[in-house]
Amino acid sequence: MTNALVYPVLIPLLTAIVITFFRNSLILQRILSFLATASSAGIGVYLLMRIQSDGILRLDFGGWSPPYGILFVGDSFALLLVTAAATVTSLILLYAFSTIGESFEKMYVYPFMLFLLAGVNGSFLTGDVFNLFVCFEVMLLASYALLVLGGRKVQLVEAFTYITINVLASWFFLLAIAYLYGATGTLNMAHLAVRVTENGQGAMLTIISLLFLLVFSLKAGLLLYFWLPGSYSAPPAAIAALFGALLTKVGIYAMVRLFTLVFTHSPEITHSIIGIMAALTLIGGSIGALSTRDIRQIISYNVVIAVGFILVGLAAGNEVALQGSIYYVLHDMVVKAMLFLAGGLMISLTGKARIGEISGLLKNYPSLGWLFFLAMLSLTGIPPFSGFIGKVLLGEGLIEAETYVLLTLAFLSSLFVLYSLLRIFLNCFMGEAVIGEEEQVKLKKSTLFPIVVLGVLTFAIGIGADVLAPFVNDAAATLIDPQSYIEAVLDKDWLLKD
Amino acid sequence: METLITLLVGVLVMVAVYLLLSRNFVRIILGTAVLSHAIHLLILAMGGLKKGGAPLLTEEGSNYTDALPQALILTAIVISFAVTAFLLVLAYRIYRETGADNLDNVRRELDD
Repeated sequence: MTNALVYPVLIPLLTAIVITFFRNSLILQRILSFLATASSAGIGVYLLMRIQSDGILRLDFGGWSPPYGILFVGDSFALLLVTAAATVTSLILLYAFSTIGESFEKMYVYPFMLFLLAGVNGSFLTGDVFNLFVCFEVMLLASYALLVLGGRKVQLVEAFTYITINVLASWFFLLAIAYLYGATGTLNMAHLAVRVTENGQGAMLTIISLLFLLVFSLKAGLLLYFWLPGSYSAPPAAIAALFGALLTKVGIYAMVRLFTLVFTHSPEITHSIIGIMAALTLIGGSIGALSTRDIRQIISYNVVIAVGFILVGLAAGNEVALQGSIYYVLHDMVVKAMLFLAGGLMISLTGKARIGEISGLLKNYPSLGWLFFLAMLSLTGIPPFSGFIGKVLLGEGLIEAETYVLLTLAFLSSLFVLYSLLRIFLNCFMGEAVIGEEEQVKLKKSTLFPIVVLGVLTFAIGIGADVLAPFVNDAAATLIDPQSYIEAVLDKDWLLKD
Repeated sequence: METLITLLVGVLVMVAVYLLLSRNFVRIILGTAVLSHAIHLLILAMGGLKKGGAPLLTEEGSNYTDALPQALILTAIVISFAVTAFLLVLAYRIYRETGADNLDNVRRELDD
């Protein structure tokens, strides 16, 4: 029992409420919101350290011992993601301070970003399926508001599609929860795992698990990603970066959690379907990334490819592959944020958003150009950047699982990632400079700073993979053998009595 | 009793799907609202419908009503309310900005 587990949710939530009252004092809003996200990241690191010494942590709200109450469970996987999410959000906030503009700041963009972070962290930490639904909704409502902020026509229309699809997915989520409750009589994840193991995962539970799969693939953009490129390219760069870095990861987390903890007994059905969906996502995302000349759309399709890549690891389902997936999720959060910010900066500096309209930016903004290049290398998996270690481990895991088709597709997709981004780099940064020195918009240091930090982070994750290794290995070990998770949540004597 | 409720859920889902498949904003929003109610009823049915039992587990523990589905529904209703309100305001804003009240006209408006 430790109260610290609730802080990554509570701090952003309370700060968001407080700064709503200071609509006109922008400085206060900025300071408080940055402090909230940075301290959440700090608490994430502290909890991560504690898990290594004390084992999996849990917090029973109101003192109701599980499985009766709602609880938060902190294992390495959840807290790695919490830390990464809070760190990335802090950096995106820094970028937003200098770019997003006063009209957005006065329309509560920071409180909404904090609500989003609270929902995301809540989804990572919760140990209860219904609470997962509620945290999803907190996150989604904040994302709806962020998407329409600014109120341009295209934003409103994209938002309507995005919201309708997500509302539909949410009700399907609730439907799946209702069936699950009817079938097992519990909603506590650890208790679910025990009950499903005891009674066996029959046809009924497998169908329920497929309903969950449908819901999470809509949220994560696994195969059902048709809504993603449109809605991720509508809002300003800082908000798009937040979406690209965090939102799909929550769907991925929920999928990994449920399919390694609860629905583990018919992998020949569920995990094969995940594998097929991941393969199709990789193909579709790659085609999409090459099909468009819009920079933001290309970057959005790269999000789709990454989702497929990460879930290939879940489909393979062995420990090495899961380690690879975890490394890759962390890497992808950092690099996608970097890519969205760099892409957004290109667009805001030139006022153009398509390949062919921009050229020779490297002469005008060399630092931005090389940062984009660095993000590209990292995303492709070139050592020493962060993408490398994830790709190697995932490759090893896939060979171990003897799923060679997935292996081929996963690594072919890296080539498409490289090609699609190289196309942006060659067309927009190389070539004849079209912007003269006089008309060049000045690039502020404070705008570039968060992108530089993200670049340093991807380098640090790549170089310091050894430092991260114990956390990632522990996270993967808990996923492979959920017994330690179950024992941390449910007391031994209670388990025997049940 | 459960059978009746299940049939009612089926009817509601049918109505919701019909509304969701239209291209008019207000109908789509009503569709999501009806769907949410269908699922709330389903949760209630999943908890088992009993008459006369208190939601308290006694020593004998024979006749008691499961209170959890009601707590779940209460939460879900609040969320459904918030989302529906947001969608309605959004539809109104789109109407104000583009003068269109269905998806076809909006697309045409955007292309112009």
